[in-house]
Amino acid sequence: MKLPVGVFAAFLALLGVAVADDRPTCEIPPYLLFGNNELKRVTAVVKDDRRLTVAVVGTGSSALAGPDGPSSAYPGRLQEVLRQRLPGVAVKVVTLVRSRQTADDMAKGMAKLMVDERPDLVVWQSGTIDAIRRIEPDDFRAALDEGIEAVQKAGADIILMNMQYSPRTEIMVALDPYADTMRVVAQQHEVPLFDRLSIMRHWSDTGAFDLYAGGKDNFLASRVHDCIGRGMAAMILDAAHLHVSEHKAAQ
Amino acid sequence: MVTTGRDLRLDLFRGIALWLIFLDHIPSNLVAWITIRNYGFSDATEIFVFVSGYTAAFVYGKEMRERGFVIASAHILRRAWQIYVAHVFLFAIYLAEITYVATSFENPLYAEEMNILDFLKQPDVTIVQALLLKFKPANMDVLPLYIVLLLLFPPILWLLRLQSTVALAASALLYALTWHFNWNLPSYPSGHWYFNPFAWQLLFVFGAWCALGGAERLAGVLHSRITLAVAVAYLVFAFLITLTWVLPGTSQFVPSWLEEVIYPIDKVNLDVLRFAHFLALAVVTVHFVPSDWPFLNSVWLRPAIICGQHSLEIFCLGIFLSFAAHFAMTEISGGFWMQVLASALGIVIMIAAAGLLTWYKRAEGRHPGSRPKKTPDADLAGGEA
Repeated sequence: MKLPVGVFAAFLALLGVAVADDRPTCEIPPYLLFGNNELKRVTAVVKDDRRLTVAVVGTGSSALAGPDGPSSAYPGRLQEVLRQRLPGVAVKVVTLVRSRQTADDMAKGMAKLMVDERPDLVVWQSGTIDAIRRIEPDDFRAALDEGIEAVQKAGADIILMNMQYSPRTEIMVALDPYADTMRVVAQQHEVPLFDRLSIMRHWSDTGAFDLYAGGKDNFLASRVHDCIGRGMAAMILDAAHLHVSEHKAAQ
Repeated sequence: MVTTGRDLRLDLFRGIALWLIFLDHIPSNLVAWITIRNYGFSDATEIFVFVSGYTAAFVYGKEMRERGFVIASAHILRRAWQIYVAHVFLFAIYLAEITYVATSFENPLYAEEMNILDFLKQPDVTIVQALLLKFKPANMDVLPLYIVLLLLFPPILWLLRLQSTVALAASALLYALTWHFNWNLPSYPSGHWYFNPFAWQLLFVFGAWCALGGAERLAGVLHSRITLAVAVAYLVFAFLITLTWVLPGTSQFVPSWLEEVIYPIDKVNLDVLRFAHFLALAVVTVHFVPSDWPFLNSVWLRPAIICGQHSLEIFCLGIFLSFAAHFAMTEISGGFWMQVLASALGIVIMIAAAGLLTWYKRAEGRHPGSRPKKTPDADLAGGEA
């Protein structure tokens, strides 16, 4: 009687290892990803012109160091997933990442960027440096308004992306007031918000990633960025009503 | 209402507020879902500031009557100094924790977040700014607020004793002017104080006003059924609004005109909605917990009451314990059971420390050669009449 049970258990354990070695189960609950705000410009250029240029504007947390950094950071992953999901569409994701920039620094450069890169969609990652430097919330809000208006004036769509969830440094910086500001601003301008903070917190809570862990290599970082890139792609396709894939999940 | 005896309710609710502040200060703590900030606009800070104003007026008001303005003011300022020393002590502990985290932790995912530690590169500037109360790490904003409130308190107390209504009106006027002109104290490296003293003084002065006879004057209003009904209705409204922050997809049920009116709910400047929420909580509490409630003397409430009676020490201990809990969560495990364990253990340590302080105070008082205790202690709500 006991042997088959033992064999079965061993089989289950092997299966468990096999599953654990596979892609991380970094599912994102739909309410964190899908909303009512649309990306009309994206819909139009993909359907009419069969092309899409995305500009990722952000700071250090939108990039990874090392030789494979550009391809494994989320903008690179986003480009790859969008190309898979939108066959026949010329997808290009350009990254305009400079570390230590506040929202105001980035907002100031937004108009020029719209001329230089002519993106159809801007993914604007912001908030971390502002929270670290404790920028006045009203000034932060005004900078976000300015940046969004510059993008919209140029006729492009925009997605805001907030900070990373970083449990180790959580006690050192108050992110929530800045995350709240971004939520309110996104709501007022009716633009989608990629709530990276809540999404990564969800991954931490469900055990998808151990975000407390250290380690010098890019192993954890590239897996997290891969999931962020996939989630972002799912958000874009949903908000632009490009239901190329039958399931909406981030996987 | 309150006459000469101790009102144990103040100790009780300040003690509970200290526990809630501790729970709220542990990051990523699921246990913090039980704290009141998740069920309405105000949080434990309001309770703490109000009760602190109440007890400060009760203790120092009595002293001002008996020993004059100068002596009472000197004691108030000494109290402010004690709180300043406590704040600097906590800052040292904070530096110890984060420098450890900075040197022991490396993860490319969080390269950007490590910029938080930039200030360590300029200790000459940072430490001086911290001593000036301009550089305040996250969660270390309450004590600087308390210091400024006490520094401003001698003239306010003087005026409260002379013309309490005028003093309260002046406080409300300062609050209004602060909102109108955006007054606040500057912070380092940028921005302003997280708890704006010019706005939060309203709650402190209101607490002091209640202690000096205001509560008795309000008794009629406080005990009317209409007030209670309005308070309950407002609490329900606030609860429903906070629900829309946490339940996905429910925020669309809040009409946009209402959003325009109520948002943002400004904690920095003690939003009117927060103040009103605290008042509503107070009305309901006073209604259901009368000062002669027999259960107040029950052994079950002793832990909270003794914590409330040693508020400065227990507050500081709570901040330290929240650092320690965060440290344990990063170094050992951040799992749910660790959060529960750290939360429960922290509160037990706070109670044990308060018990020790109570014992120590009593032992010191009984010692035959000890100097007689003359100076008042703002910790003891109501003091010994």
